Amino acid sequence: MYTTSDLRKGLKINIDGQPYIITDFQFSKPGKGQALYRCRLRNMVTSNSMDRTFRSNDKFDKADLEERTVQFLYAQGDEYHFMDTKSYEQMALTTEQMGDAVKYLIDNMEVDVLLFEGRPIGVTVPTFVNLTVTAAEPYAKGDTSGSDTKPVTVETGYVLQVPPFVEEGDKLQIDTRTGEYVTRVKE
Amino acid sequence: MLSPSGLRQRARLIQALRRFFIERGYLEVDTPVRVPAPAPEAYIIPEPSGDWFLQTSPELCMKRLLAGGAERIFQICKCFRQAERGSRHLPEFTMLEWYRAGIGYRELMPECEELFLALARELTGGDRLETSSGPVSLAAPWERLTVAEAFARHAPLSAEAALAAGRFDELLVTQVEPRLGLGRPTFLHDYPAALGALARLRPDDPAVAERFEIYVDGLELANGFSELTDPAEQRRRFAAERQRIEADGRRPGPLPDKFLAALAAMPEAAGIALGVDRLLMLLAGAESIERVVTFTPEEL
Repeated sequence: MYTTSDLRKGLKINIDGQPYIITDFQFSKPGKGQALYRCRLRNMVTSNSMDRTFRSNDKFDKADLEERTVQFLYAQGDEYHFMDTKSYEQMALTTEQMGDAVKYLIDNMEVDVLLFEGRPIGVTVPTFVNLTVTAAEPYAKGDTSGSDTKPVTVETGYVLQVPPFVEEGDKLQIDTRTGEYVTRVKE
Repeated sequence: MLSPSGLRQRARLIQALRRFFIERGYLEVDTPVRVPAPAPEAYIIPEPSGDWFLQTSPELCMKRLLAGGAERIFQICKCFRQAERGSRHLPEFTMLEWYRAGIGYRELMPECEELFLALARELTGGDRLETSSGPVSLAAPWERLTVAEAFARHAPLSAEAALAAGRFDELLVTQVEPRLGLGRPTFLHDYPAALGALARLRPDDPAVAERFEIYVDGLELANGFSELTDPAEQRRRFAAERQRIEADGRRPGPLPDKFLAALAAMPEAAGIALGVDRLLMLLAGAESIERVVTFTPEEL
């Protein structure tokens, strides 16, 4: 149990059975009046934000969260299957829960999965991933559009903008925070 | 930790405060910080110190000095309040309190105007302050706004209805305070009687207490009132506060009996408590109280 004196930015609490992270926190109190604890909270499952004001005697349940390293096994329909690298336990996430991570996911990749009350609610892929280009148009020399990039498709099906010299079969480093090309990687 | 220039600014403020009151014939006093029975107040939680408590304010001791014959006294001291920590709150902070026999809260207001002007001239060289909401002119007279007027103007409920609905503090903080003290300081005055445990009620309107707060740029800086000098009434008020403390799930401390006994001898007086750290925030243009104290609790 947390009390209002534990409230701070970054604290994860359980409200109505949902995990929330405090993204903004303000303590207010008129000199002779009641303390108010104003919080902005983000739902860690839906990413929706809300504002809540708490008072001195309010109590909070800790959000039962756990992070585990898992290995990607396979996708089937709307489900992505992973295996815990320590316990070998298997678990599945939906496409919606996967979010942007599906753009970077290849067989055997290790990712961190976040569990709320034992159920997976999201994954974090490594900040940088290396993916092979499976389709690239040759760069049109006479291109007058003025752009100095071209689109390529990588092995996961993700399409991104890269410099003209990138060819099919190249391995690219991609920043998963922005989804952008970083560099070409030599094998 | 405060930088050398921050330390100098803080020292200049405290020295200017002393000079202001000494020049006006006030006597500096230093009452004990550790006391057996702080005033019971619903939402101010004292810090225990052995079987006693650290003072939440020097108010009771200073009023006993008035009862003993002192006429103009001031004190700059540390006060302690549990569970108060935010961009405008520290659990240990510096308070200035001053009391003057023979006047009421209305006569105290011009002295506040003079004090702020003197300090601004000393520390910033002018009568205007740059604040987050724009320039504020400290020239007298400041705005005088009753609590009822402020709620009517800025809140969705009247002050009376807000109090009945248990939403007075919430609406004060979220709707009213941010709109006070813009352009010039505001005296927010005449609080609902229930919100002035140590203040006299207005003889012509006992529904309100003769209490005021100073706001500049939405920042609450000082709380003053015409002092309640009726021991029987003060005892009833304390009993009501103790009930609210119990309703809040805490155990009230002992009653300050010696203060209550002294009150019968206390002359009519007005007194005010001003947060020195907040005043420095305002004069230094600091966004957070952490920027004006030598150390925050987290830095110790």
